[in-house]
Amino acid sequence: MSLLRPDLAVIAANVAPGSRVLDVGCGDGTLMLALRDKGCDARGMELDSANVGLCVGKGLSVIQGDADRDLAFYPDQSVDYAILSQTLQTTMRPDRVLEELLRIGRRAFVSFPNFAHWRVRLSLLWGGRMPVTRLLPVAWYETPNIHHLTVDDFRELVRSRGITVEGAWFLSGDQTCSPAAANFRAEHAVFLLTR
Amino acid sequence: MSTSTDTSQFLDLAQPLALDGGQSLPGVRIAYETQGTLNAARDNAILICHALTGDHHVVSDHPKTGKPGWWVRMVGPGKPIDTDRFFVICANVIGSCMGSTGPASLAGDGRPWGMRFPVITIRDMVRGHVALLDALGIESLHAVVGGSMGGMQALSLASNFADRTRAALVIASTARHSAQNIAFHEVGRQAIMADPEWREGAYYEARESGGKGPEKGLSVARMAAHITYLSEAGLTEKFGRRLQDREEKTFGFDADFQIESYLRYQGLAFTDRFDANSYLYITRAMDYFDLAEEHGGLLAHAFAASKARFCLVSFDTDWLYPTADSRNVVHALNAAGLPVSFVELSAPYGHDSFLLDVPALDRVVEGFLGEGH
Repeated sequence: MSLLRPDLAVIAANVAPGSRVLDVGCGDGTLMLALRDKGCDARGMELDSANVGLCVGKGLSVIQGDADRDLAFYPDQSVDYAILSQTLQTTMRPDRVLEELLRIGRRAFVSFPNFAHWRVRLSLLWGGRMPVTRLLPVAWYETPNIHHLTVDDFRELVRSRGITVEGAWFLSGDQTCSPAAANFRAEHAVFLLTR
Repeated sequence: MSTSTDTSQFLDLAQPLALDGGQSLPGVRIAYETQGTLNAARDNAILICHALTGDHHVVSDHPKTGKPGWWVRMVGPGKPIDTDRFFVICANVIGSCMGSTGPASLAGDGRPWGMRFPVITIRDMVRGHVALLDALGIESLHAVVGGSMGGMQALSLASNFADRTRAALVIASTARHSAQNIAFHEVGRQAIMADPEWREGAYYEARESGGKGPEKGLSVARMAAHITYLSEAGLTEKFGRRLQDREEKTFGFDADFQIESYLRYQGLAFTDRFDANSYLYITRAMDYFDLAEEHGGLLAHAFAASKARFCLVSFDTDWLYPTADSRNVVHALNAAGLPVSFVELSAPYGHDSFLLDVPALDRVVEGFLGEGH
């Protein structure tokens, strides 16, 4: 079994066994497989048709679709968890996608790369160019990340929308860091949200 | 595996088949073919449903044309629909002319049905399939699989006979015929019925005494339909504006262009293997297909009783049953809470892609069917 990406490992460890899950932007289905092993009923949505083909080949139920457009067709409160890992920053309207996740799921896991990580800040400060780092490896003109955000940006968004944060994990490599230091030190953030 | 002899098997129904139109069809015969072995638990059966002008010769040579079965690339030992694992059934639909009862079959009075044959629906075709499953002692299919009209049957079976299948694989299909779909079919039907040799559908006797039957009309119908199976880009690549066996335009109405010659050939070849009245009846059945309408107007209701897994596949160049048609079904299945996969594959061949060499389709079919067994 392949090692899960750190943010996926956090999510997989914190989804209750036997839950119904919708993984939005499920990629090649790695997280879904881990969740299925926990007895979860996992469904997926994925933009890339090659990835959808891979998932179907693994026996996973995955729909080719776009988080900005196709979440509308899922019934209210139809899953225990809606998961959006490393995808929020690629959507046209992250705020609307977030609302959709919490309409479809009783809870939502959202993970994203933190654009306020110190490496990114340094790169921008000293280089004066859009950062290209280990976690943001693609140049500005071809990156799928069209809405970069920081940990504090996200905290502000959920606060303004009246969304409750049930849990938050801040990752730097294999390490976790404190909520207070997260906006500066975390490469990734994972939030567990509910309404 | 190809065989030189006709491997068709036949089932004669003891009871008349009750039809959506209110009539019942007596003396129904169903032609079918099977591959592989039904296991002891009788739970490894896959029903393949064929398209408009298809038949049950999935892997065996066509008895009239001698050409290989229409899905040999997909079905067989070690292939995506693996006959080493699955007992694969394909039945000719009622209304057809390839062995199952249709308008060319003899009615009780010993004369061909012709236009006395009742109008049938996709659900009626499926009733025939279910009768076959009953006869074969198969309570629940591992999967029902179909492309185009076969996909409509797969959806209809999964909806109307929900306990009879545990999965449905629907390729390049739709849950209802659009105005454009109906329009193209109507052009074909009018071409057939405008042919004086059609004789209100009673051309069978005339043909036995040297008459031709409505070959011209049927040929034109096929030509029009054939265009809808291909993509514009595919046509351009294959034919462009190239001329047929000549250097210059003739300033006449001969088949100057390769595409004209190709379509004329396709139309003519079709008349050798297909009955014009069957074409009328089967296109009518497709036009009447609207799965939501059958279930109070909401497609999600069509699947309320289903517990099956679904997989839908569309092709980006298919403008006959475009991706939006598949998405429509996917959204309904989602609303019904059923496990559903969907992928739009990229292939250059238009609607016909489901029959052609698209390796990505093979992977999806194999993956989906391999699961849950």
